[in-house]
Formats: sequence, structure tokens, C-alpha cells
Amino acid sequence: MTTEEISRIDQIIDKYEGEEGILIQLLLDIQQELNWIPKEVTERISQRLNIPQSQIYRVASFYTAMSLTPRGRHLVSVCMGTACHIRGSPRLLDRITDILKIQPGETSPDRRFTLKTVNCLGCCALGPVMVVDGKYHGKIAPTEAGEVLKSYD
Amino acid sequence: MPRINSPAGLEELRKDILSNRDPNKPCITLCSGTACHASGSKEVAASIEEEIKKQGLSAEVDFRKTGCHGFCERGPIVVIPPEGICYLQIEPKDVPEIISQTIKEKKVIERLLYTDPSTNKKIVHESEIPFYKNQERLVFGSNGKIDPKSIDDYLALGGYSALAKVLSQMTPEQVLEEVKKSNLRGRGGGGFPAGRKWEECRNAPGEIKYVIVNADEGDPGAYMDRSLLEGNPHSVLEGLIIGAYAIGSHEGYIYVRQEYPLAVENVDIAIKQAEEYGFLGENILGSGFDFTVKVHRGAGAFVSGESSALMTALEGRVGEPRPKYIHTAIKGIWDRPSNLNNVETWATVPLIINKGADWFRGIGTEGSKGTKIFSLVGKVNNTGLVEVPMGMTLREIIFNIGGGIRDGKKFKAVQTGGPSGGVIPEKFIDLPVDFDELSKVGSMMGSGGMVVMDEDTCMVDTARYFLNFLAGESCGKCVPCREGIKQMLNILTDITEGRGEKGDIELLKEVATMVKDFSLCALGTSAPNPVLSTLQYFRDEYVAHIEQKRCPAYVCKALVSYYIDPEKCQACMICLRQCPVGAISGGKNQIHVIDQAKCTKCNTCFEVCPPRFSAVRRLSGEPVPPPVEDRVLVRRKG
Repeated sequence: MTTEEISRIDQIIDKYEGEEGILIQLLLDIQQELNWIPKEVTERISQRLNIPQSQIYRVASFYTAMSLTPRGRHLVSVCMGTACHIRGSPRLLDRITDILKIQPGETSPDRRFTLKTVNCLGCCALGPVMVVDGKYHGKIAPTEAGEVLKSYD
Repeated sequence: MPRINSPAGLEELRKDILSNRDPNKPCITLCSGTACHASGSKEVAASIEEEIKKQGLSAEVDFRKTGCHGFCERGPIVVIPPEGICYLQIEPKDVPEIISQTIKEKKVIERLLYTDPSTNKKIVHESEIPFYKNQERLVFGSNGKIDPKSIDDYLALGGYSALAKVLSQMTPEQVLEEVKKSNLRGRGGGGFPAGRKWEECRNAPGEIKYVIVNADEGDPGAYMDRSLLEGNPHSVLEGLIIGAYAIGSHEGYIYVRQEYPLAVENVDIAIKQAEEYGFLGENILGSGFDFTVKVHRGAGAFVSGESSALMTALEGRVGEPRPKYIHTAIKGIWDRPSNLNNVETWATVPLIINKGADWFRGIGTEGSKGTKIFSLVGKVNNTGLVEVPMGMTLREIIFNIGGGIRDGKKFKAVQTGGPSGGVIPEKFIDLPVDFDELSKVGSMMGSGGMVVMDEDTCMVDTARYFLNFLAGESCGKCVPCREGIKQMLNILTDITEGRGEKGDIELLKEVATMVKDFSLCALGTSAPNPVLSTLQYFRDEYVAHIEQKRCPAYVCKALVSYYIDPEKCQACMICLRQCPVGAISGGKNQIHVIDQAKCTKCNTCFEVCPPRFSAVRRLSGEPVPPPVEDRVLVRRKG
């Protein structure tokens, strides 16, 4: 990590120092800042806040919002909620895994895309839905997925 | 803004806010909830702001970005009070016309109105659209009227008056009695009486007590809590503060999923405003009562919505449940008495205080009082959030409000209660919906998800879907849940992939009973519900999958084949070009044939084949006919 990155991480840790029960909130902030949680960071948290690394790893590996491996430049989330499911999201996901050649939870070798599934985005009127970098693509047919993904490089 | 120190000060402020507002001045309200956002309301908002300026109407019209109106199917939604003109599916290009015609000229734009599908008539006012007309929006109704980022909007509608009443005129015991008398039952799943829970927490030993808002809405297909929290956060806060007063708590938490960024943002803003105005902090409204709230973002684990797990997560540890021989009301966060209620439950409290328990008891059924917000989704025409009195029938909700089934298909079942609930078949369509009636037919209220299914939904696949979800979300702490769900999922996967065997149904039932009886928390004990209820009502579908290797709804890929009917194929090349794996052979005048070995059953050919040909057929439980020998197409003339 660069010194600049370390100081950014330190700033986040400073915010929570001395408070009880903050580990999940702290890790979420770091996830947001770096897009993943590198081992150096868990070491840093462990040293500064006196929390065992094993405990940090346990939390970070339990929650789906946290990633212990680097994520790609673009995050593709496919909604697998019930409403999307019965409106055909499995077929949409099949098509996307076909195009990107990665499975949910994986990142493409060129780090262009990370693919993940989410349980429900609460946009059931738009199902099936895929979200790329926060932009919603609703009522999308599997045949249209390729076009959408093409526009992100 | 100086802090308000008394109920009288609050009323003065309210008067002040109202005196600066002209009820007859038109105000463009634009739904800016997450779903409308996803349909482009941000762009619409920008063009409304720009156009108002451009046409020089800043003084004549107000603009307000509100919370979710509920009719998500037709978003983005614009409603213009005082007349209540309602425009649907607005795009930025419609905005100049809305401003110049409706605002300036007072003319209604026909093409943006709702068309009643049964009468083909245009409907001008929001309140007359069947989707809204048949609802009773007590808790959710203010969402469309206020900007969730403005506490003044909430105050203008009488906000925080229940809090003022409680702090100045009622003792904590009286508040508790009122809530108990109202028979308000928890809206998050179990339907436990809120008043009794509060009482248990109040009576529990310990100086420090906590109150918590559960906004870890995890049921897929349910989003009413998010819409309420992001659309009207102060109503939830007000309820929470009242509850804290009744229980004797001075610290609260709002546990909200980080997947709901707008809800997190709006509730953060609401807390800051409430602190500034003096509804939170020390000596609230001069009553001597102190209360503070913190927001905790959930990091994406379904099981963390369970009360003991949620409290463990609030301590910063992995959110896993624990045995609850001792209720969390007595030993919750850090072993201190903690009272957890769902978003909708908290938001109902101010209404009960303002209008009285007797009023609340006048709505609903014998055992379930008040209204409930349902998230009506799936294969229904009007997807959205609907609030109705308890006891309304499924038929009224799905057909009168929901507008029936999409694409003229046939209703098959409705799934309620999320992954812990069950499916309800057509024969119960006239069932009045309340906590007890839903349990009687093997489902549950849950948080209010209602997923409508049509003839194209496979019930075995639905059960497999929920079990797959639960297998991923089981925390793994107790064996019956962790292993039992996995085994049920294995059996269901085998059935849907054509490996089902005789005896599978009995085995499924046996495992389900074990998981139900011996799991640690509600996730496990309710996990078999999707299996048991589909087995109860749709056993014939299981049998078809197992014995005939046939999926009646053509959903289970391994049991379905695609076949081009040589009699109908017009060799139009559409499916051939679109097939992602090149499995279709043919030519301009050559009947197309699918290579079954290459076909991935992606359904593309079935979708793209022009309806006037309908040449692509799905087969299940029968062999694919061999390709015809002479594939030259003889086109009929004329």
C-alpha cells in the first residue's frame, strides 16, 4: 500500500477509535474506500484497535458486502430476488456468466468486471434487474445483456 | 435553528411553517424513491428544476422530491396538488409540456394520464386510480407528500405531535397501556404483540436499555420497510422515541441494510435534523427525557435480521443467532434489555398515540388490527406497495389493486412471507389476509412480501429457489439448519434436474420435519415452509418431475427441450442469428433445426420467434421428434 492509502485507512480508523462494537461499520467504510479489504489493512486494524486478526477475518468473510479479494473496475450485480427469479433472472445470469466467462463472486482475469448476485434490490417492478456500477438496467432480456456490458471497459 | 423546548414551542413552529405555505399553490411532487430513481427520476428532477427556471415560474410553483408513492410499475410518478393531477412514466422530454400546459395553462395532458384497462378511460387524479382507490394508506400515505430530507415537511403534516402529547400528557405506563390496548402486532414477521414486548423490556432489570429499529429487510421481494424509512424517516424516529419513553430507554439503534443507500442517507439526515430541533438529545421538548440514536449499517446477511443475531451484529461481531431461552427483551445487546421492532411497527406508533387505541382497533380483523403494507410483486400487472386494512382478501389485493395477472396469463399461486413463508394456491383466493389466516393455510405474514405467480412458474423450482437462498444464508451454527437445508436442496436440485427418484417426496418431508423441530432460530425452523407448502398444494408437480421427468411450467432446464416445428417454421433466420451458441442450422429457404447437443436451453429462440409463426416449441417429458429430411421451405403464396 502507498503511504497515501495508509493515511486514508488511518483516518477511517481514527473515526471509530475508542468506540464499542464498531468493527462491521469500520470494515464497510474500508470496503467502500478501497473496493476490497487487503490483508495489510486487517493487520493495521488489528494493531491499532487491538482486535485479533482472526476476528476481523471472521467478520469480513461472513458478510457479502465485504470482499477479501480485489474487485474489478466494474461491479455487475444481478438481482436474484423472488420477483426477479420468476421473471427470468436465472436466464439473465446464465447469459452474463456466458459473456463474461466468470461465475458470481468472481472477477475477470483482466479485472474489468466483478460479477455478483444480490438477494433483492427492492426494484421488483423493474425485474429482472442488473446493476452496473450503481446504474440500474431494468426489465432486461438476456439477449440485451451483451449490449449493456459492452459499454463498460 | 434553536432547539424547541416545549410542546407549545412546537405548535408555534408548526404554525410558522404553515403560514409560509399556500395550500392552493401548485406543487410538482416527483417520486424519488429507489425504484423510481432506477427508472430515471433523477433526470426528470433535473429537467423540472431547469424548466421551472426557464419558464420563469419559480414564484408560482413549488417542486418537491418525495419518497416512494408505491405505484412502482408506472414510475417515475408526478403528482400535482392541490388538484392531485397524476402523471405516470414521466421522461425528461415530457417536462416542458407539464410546466407550460398544466402549470401555466391549467390544462391536463391526456397522454400522460393513467388509462383504466377495463374501461379504457383516462384517470386524472391519483386518488381515483384503482391501484390507490382501494387502499387505506394510513402509515404509507404521507410518503408522497413530503420531502424525506425536510423535517419541516413532516412537521407541516402534524409530525412529532404524538411525541409532544406523550411527553407532556402521558406517563410511560399510560403509553404502554395504550399500545397494549391497540393490540399492535409486530410487522416484521412473527406478529408478536408490540405492547407485551415493550412491557417485558420495561420490567426487565437493568439501568441501561436499548430500543432498536429493524430495517434489515431481507426477504427477497419485500421493500416496504425501505420505502418507509427512506420516504418518511421521521415517522419511524418519532415512533422509536415514543417507544423509548414508554420502555425507559435512552439509547437507540437503527439497523439498516447497506444495500439501501438512500435509506441510510435519509435516516442520517433525519437524525441530525431531529437533534437540531430538539426531538433527540437531552431534555426533549423540556420534558427531562433524554434519548439518542445511532445508525448501524447491516453488511449483507439475511440471518442478521433475526433479533438475537441483529443484536450480536450491533456489538460488532458476526451476526449469528443465539438460543433465546432468555428473551432479548431481558438480555439483548451486551446482555442488557433490548426491544426490537420493525420499521413499519414503529411508524404505526405515532398514529395510535394521536388517534387512540380504540380508533386503531376499529380497523382490521379480530386478531390483527390496523393496516399492513404489502409489497405486491411478481407476475402482477401493478407491481408496487399497497397498504390495506387487515382482512382484505387476496383476490381484492391481487385483482382490484394489483390489476390481475400480466400478459393475460392465469393466476396460479401467491407466495407470502418470504423464504420463511409458503405458497397459497388459487383455491384460497378469497382468504382474508391477516396474521392468523395466513398461518392456517401453511404460510405466514412475514414482513408483507406477496409474490404473485402465474402458470409459467414451476413450484418445485420455487421451492428449490428458496432453499438455495436459505442454504446460502444459513449461518451454519446449528447442524439441523446447516445440514438439513443442504440435503433438502440436494434432493430438490435432483428433482429439477431429472434425477428425482421414487421416495424423494417422503424423504423431503422427513428432513423438513427434522429441520423444523430442531433448528436454533426462526431461519431454520421456518426454512422447510416453502417445501412443505408446495408439496401440500402442488404435489402433482413434484410427481410429474420425478416420474415423468416433466416440468409442467417448462422452467426446469434439464427437463425441457426446444424444438422448431417444421410445419410452422418460415425460415426467417431470426432465431438462427440470435442463438448465442450457434445451435440452430438452416438457411433462407431451409427449415431451421436445433442441434439438441449444442442447445443450452437459454430460451432465446422461443422468445424471438415471431408470434405469428410460433414455430419454436418447448417440450417436456416427451422425446424431440427427429428433424425432417426435406428441409426446403415451400412458401405459401398470398
